[in-house]
Amino acid sequence: MISFAHVCKRYDGRPVLDDITLTIPPGAFVALVGASGAGKTTLLKAINRLTAIDSGTITVDGADIATQPLVGLRRRIGYVFQGVGLFPHMSVAENVWLAPRLAGQPPAGRDERVAELLAMVSLPADLAARYPRQLSGGQAQRVGFARALAAGPAIMLMDEPFGALDPVARAELGAAYRALHERMGLTSLLVTHDMAEALILADRVIVLGEGRVLADRTPRALMQARAEPGIRAMIDAALASAARLDALARGD
Amino acid sequence: MGGSVSWAELARLAQAHLFLSGSAVLAAILIGLPVAILAARNRRVRAPLLGAISLLQTIPGLALLALFYPLLLFLARASGWPIPALGFLPALLALAVYALLPIVRNGVAAIRGIDPALTEAADGLGMTGGQKLRLVELPLGAPVILAGIRTAAVWTIGTATLATTIGQPSLGDLIFSGLQTEDWRRVLIGCLAAAALAILVDATLALIESGLATRARARLGAGLAILLAALGLTLAPIPGAATSGRLVVIGAKNFSEQYILAQLIENRLRVAGYRTERRDNLGSAIAYRALAAGDIGVYVDYAGTLWANVLRRTDTPPADAMLRTLGETLARRDGVQVLGPLGFENAYAFAMRRERAQALGIATLADLAREAPRLRLGTDLEFLSRPEWQAVEARYRPAFRTMRPYSPTFMYRALADGSVDVISAFSSDGRIAAMDLVTLGDPLGALPPYDALLLLTRTAAADPRLVAALRPLVGAIPIERMREANWTVDRDGDKRTPAQAARWLAAGLDEAPK
Repeated sequence: MISFAHVCKRYDGRPVLDDITLTIPPGAFVALVGASGAGKTTLLKAINRLTAIDSGTITVDGADIATQPLVGLRRRIGYVFQGVGLFPHMSVAENVWLAPRLAGQPPAGRDERVAELLAMVSLPADLAARYPRQLSGGQAQRVGFARALAAGPAIMLMDEPFGALDPVARAELGAAYRALHERMGLTSLLVTHDMAEALILADRVIVLGEGRVLADRTPRALMQARAEPGIRAMIDAALASAARLDALARGD
Repeated sequence: MGGSVSWAELARLAQAHLFLSGSAVLAAILIGLPVAILAARNRRVRAPLLGAISLLQTIPGLALLALFYPLLLFLARASGWPIPALGFLPALLALAVYALLPIVRNGVAAIRGIDPALTEAADGLGMTGGQKLRLVELPLGAPVILAGIRTAAVWTIGTATLATTIGQPSLGDLIFSGLQTEDWRRVLIGCLAAAALAILVDATLALIESGLATRARARLGAGLAILLAALGLTLAPIPGAATSGRLVVIGAKNFSEQYILAQLIENRLRVAGYRTERRDNLGSAIAYRALAAGDIGVYVDYAGTLWANVLRRTDTPPADAMLRTLGETLARRDGVQVLGPLGFENAYAFAMRRERAQALGIATLADLAREAPRLRLGTDLEFLSRPEWQAVEARYRPAFRTMRPYSPTFMYRALADGSVDVISAFSSDGRIAAMDLVTLGDPLGALPPYDALLLLTRTAAADPRLVAALRPLVGAIPIERMREANWTVDRDGDKRTPAQAARWLAAGLDEAPK
């Protein structure tokens, strides 16, 4: 359970988080969408304190994150982002094994666990010996997911994780992660600027604009609502391309 | 290897040079890397820290080396610890300070240049500051850090030649003594050896750097192996070097006579079974203080120099009174023992070309003062700041048209080619006879006597075997023999090395009158 209470954050006097109050129950799959500068990445990174908030309280499982040791907090939360950030001087296995290594786990059983984690993200075990520069973009991001899952986190924070991938890899990895979310009972937060992705993957879509929550609904409820013109435009754009593709597929 | 440098000497100096440079770079790494990490992490300390280190870099190397001498001397006195103020320690410190800039600057650039995505990943994984440094920043920054170390190593090997001036043997010994005796081959060999050392070290570090950058284990291993082998060589004993017997350190100032006499002393001590080390090219003020501090055990200085510079006396008593006072005062104040005069004087003497002096009717300093407004004075580097010059000014009031300091060799050159009319020569200089110069009389007694004195520390003087080895030198070197010996080293053609001149001088000891 993640709770935000009156969370505020300003950059250069401009509010990016403006009195946010939210609760995300365990097992939820939440997508954070909005235009760039809406505050979605800031909100995500506030949870593992990669950004510091100015005021308000964030609790994870009832404990205020501001009073928790930083290193311990981050090790309990998986983090994946568009830049991936695989360490180029470490093999895939070394990258994936980082979290257990940091936690002081002995290297016995490393290879089995790495193979298991790679399998979880549909990568063959023989990839373990490769270096990041020898991977495709999709493979690298899958390794990024495997690394984030290695410590067995209950919460996954994802910042545009599919942003740099081609459409096929993007759809594949999105579906694969959704399955993992179910199987492992994760609490997932996904930042994306792609409304279609949010609607397809998440159970709940939070639309942010200028640091405020504009909408917070299930995908179905969001699509049926007719309130905000800005949100409507985003949904309509997604629907329009889907309709065109559908028409093309039927040969019209 | 020609007559002027032996292989053994070159090997000994190259070894000392490499050991000094290596230690200095190592010290700079040990200090510089933590400083770089601190500066990379903390924006507020970064600018002032880098500024301060850049400022240190602007101090000329020679001055930086020289400044560590009084600093360490002061620290030794203030703390009461036996901190050596001369030789290895000040050279190490000065060179380490010099090597700091490229190491810190590249260290900061290496850490700050790391892809922000990797820093974010490290933070997101919950790395502690130490883990981030060890697992991410240092391995990824290693090629840039190493490039800084390479720059530092090349600078240090070049600058280490200056360590000679504060009594630390290095390849600079060849350059400085070669300059003094106009032995250009010696100078060239010193320069080439230092350059070769710098190139070899640079190439080895380049090998390691490319091994790190491309993660080529073999290249990295080869580079490290060469580095270790070099380390082994710097610590290995030189064949032929004596390793037993008590060590005596012999000091010498920076001119031929001093090299010859130091060599003469060294030869006699070696025959008596002592191990010896040389500290050549010491500044005039540094040499005495080094003896008083026990950094050197024996050297030759001159009565008038000690009188004016060490005792700060401005009067000019007769020679025997001066020697008596010196002997008593130096022993009481600094524990320095005057073993005795060697038998010749190396006085400051104003010298002119004979025909010029005759044309102007100048025979004494009084005549010189009269003609001074038309004359140009050339001096050695320190004369114009010495009490002797102040005494001459006070007694004769000469007002020269120009006054220019030269290194001693070039001072004679300047007189020969007419750039100056009169110089502050040394009375034992072989060039006085060879160039047919006249030395001017001193009717008012402004210039004190300059008997060459053999000085020992109290420890050395308490060793009867050592005293017995050096005692035969007392009163045994007449001025003609010293001039001749100096001339064989200083002349342009058929040059002798100071070692050869020392042997020639030693051969004449037995027949010399006591």
